[in-house]
Amino acid sequence: MINFMKYKVIYFIFSLIFLIPSAYFLINYGLKPAVDFTGGTILEIFITPKDGVELSPDSVTNFIKDTINLNEVQQINDFTFLIKAQQFDQEISQIVKQNIKTNLGEVEEKRFETIGPTMGKELIKKTLIGVFIAAGFIMVFVTSRFKDKKYGVCAILAMLHDTFITIGIFSYLGVTKGVEVDALFVTAVLTILSFSVHDTIVVYDRIRESIKLYPKLSYTDLVNKAVTETLGRSINNSITIIFMLLALYLLGGVTTKWFVFALLIGTISGTYSSTFTAAPLLVLWEQKKNKYHTSKV
Amino acid sequence: MKTNTNRFFLITLLCLICLYLNLLSAPINLRLGSSEFKRDLTLKKGLDLQGGTHLVLETDMSSIEEPDRITALESAKEIIIRRVDLYGVSESIVKTSIIKDSYRIIVELPGVKEVDQAINLIGQTAQLDFREDTAEDANEIDYASPSAFTRIFSFESTGLTGNDLKKSLVSFSNNQGAISEPVVGLEFTKGGSEKFALITNRNINRPVAIFLDDQLVTAPTVNEVIKDGRAVISGNFTPETASELSIQLNAGALPVPIKIIEQKNISATLGQDSIEKSITAGSVGLGLVMIFMILLYGLNGLLANIALLIYGLITLTIYKLIPITLTLPGIAGFILSVGMAVDSNILIFERLKEELRSGRPFSMALELGFGRAWDSIKDANIATIITSLVLINPFNFGFLNTSGMVRGFAITLLIGVIISLFTGIVVTRSLMRGAGRLLNRRPERISSRDAEGGRSLPIG
Repeated sequence: MINFMKYKVIYFIFSLIFLIPSAYFLINYGLKPAVDFTGGTILEIFITPKDGVELSPDSVTNFIKDTINLNEVQQINDFTFLIKAQQFDQEISQIVKQNIKTNLGEVEEKRFETIGPTMGKELIKKTLIGVFIAAGFIMVFVTSRFKDKKYGVCAILAMLHDTFITIGIFSYLGVTKGVEVDALFVTAVLTILSFSVHDTIVVYDRIRESIKLYPKLSYTDLVNKAVTETLGRSINNSITIIFMLLALYLLGGVTTKWFVFALLIGTISGTYSSTFTAAPLLVLWEQKKNKYHTSKV
Repeated sequence: MKTNTNRFFLITLLCLICLYLNLLSAPINLRLGSSEFKRDLTLKKGLDLQGGTHLVLETDMSSIEEPDRITALESAKEIIIRRVDLYGVSESIVKTSIIKDSYRIIVELPGVKEVDQAINLIGQTAQLDFREDTAEDANEIDYASPSAFTRIFSFESTGLTGNDLKKSLVSFSNNQGAISEPVVGLEFTKGGSEKFALITNRNINRPVAIFLDDQLVTAPTVNEVIKDGRAVISGNFTPETASELSIQLNAGALPVPIKIIEQKNISATLGQDSIEKSITAGSVGLGLVMIFMILLYGLNGLLANIALLIYGLITLTIYKLIPITLTLPGIAGFILSVGMAVDSNILIFERLKEELRSGRPFSMALELGFGRAWDSIKDANIATIITSLVLINPFNFGFLNTSGMVRGFAITLLIGVIISLFTGIVVTRSLMRGAGRLLNRRPERISSRDAEGGRSLPIG
């Protein structure tokens, strides 16, 4: 048994190294919402350039900026461009494609998405409600399974820790790389919630079992024992999920790239937090409680 | 150990059934009493994989009375279904969705290439149109003759349209007193009544044709001038055809402007590209996981891999049977659930190692390992099931997400977790018991390097 809990302050500081910048970026920059939230239109096109035509975001911008209220033109690869703009409809999209066709070359539409602004607000609201409901249910479930509210509360705290770091990193990516947050990201966050709790429950289950087996051990020692025993499993399991996610990130489609990246952060953070946040929090809770009840520590 | 043999047999049987269903290309058609079970057993692909168009249309209900709104929405849906069918889109989905004050129609058109055309077709407001014969010789025509019938299609519009119709009702006439036959009643607005009086006035003994979206609905002959704005279309109606016509007329009559608030077109090539990439990624990921499991747990890892393959087979079969429409996030959900399926086995193997370390014989350690791991596996997976249920929103709560993408992900995750509980526990255990007996393992240590004490971490 390793005395992991002796260093719990270090674990909390390590978490803060991520949590504080996350908070900083979220407060100052927020997240960069995708069309799913703001409303707007995305047009993804494949251009076969005419002879002598040099394709670049600027050249594409030149021929369409008068037709639509352009936000951004991104070049995905040599011939594929992503046009992001205020909402425009199919008819306007025809004009846009025609303009490009006359000036640059044959156009093939790969994707056209247009979303009204009302849809976005709904999505944000519904997601938040979803998170609260899921968190509420999980807290009730964990509390009832472990017959003590400290497990429920600490599991939710660890879960929020993972979610917050993921959102924070996406805020940072939004500032530095223009990464947008879309409906898929929302799904990723909700998945992280469940993964985080999944992992935490495995550690807590060990504590629950050890309490029965070794009634004489102090609570801190019980937690130490549980953490020592589950660490191998935690890491092995995360490695398998990380393998799957890394393969998806590196080889999967562009559409799911950032979604998978969010899951990847969540998995790593979730593995860390179940051992180094959820478990020490229990110890801290117990110590505070004892301090409160008796004058001795 | 007899139960294990039975279980082994059942698992093999299940695999064979799944394999059979997967290789079977013909549709299945089962009949059990009055209930029928029909599946064509192809993997349904969502728009993002297959290519196609997703539309969310919002109806403008501002001019419709509150209680009539749902009927209006249904009527609008009816027209759209008719138009989509007209266009010949297979497997299209048209559904309504009411969120607070917004009445919406969601249309999915898979595999449509001429998107603009399809949208124009749907986007039109239903046009009910009354037409008359304006030709010079109109008076001399015998409209009862079949040759005159074709003239109807060259009739000119009278200017009386669906906007002038107040409503249409099915009623039953009793003119002969004997058998009452269903008729379709029309009621015009004030302006419409005036127009209709003029039209009937100039067309006595001649037909007035009613067109809906340029399709002839009926062409009754005018018997007298109608001034009160009420008309009855009689014909050889059954109650069903009468009510169908009435719905159509109401649909055309209801001026519910439709606006596209969300549209997604995905080209088939992009979809194909996504499928190929996901399959490559999935295979590479799965391969790595399998190698990792064998390196870490040896023979047990190999057995877990077999269980994992069975897991994949069952999942695929379930996708086809339910059927699940597979989307890109859905594939991600599936791949993630593979990770969770492996987790059950890792938990069990770690427990097994501990039991073996404390010197128990393999068969006993196996049972203890499974028993002790079960508690944590169960609780951890229930937490995942709770989250996926919140995401799926099975009761269609208006305050929760109903987006197809989020649901697609959550459904595959849920199915994955449930099946992984079965394969991770039942299948792996049966395989391990079988292998344990075959090899007649003695109390042994799976890997001596992991023995307690041999491991020390630099801290402390």
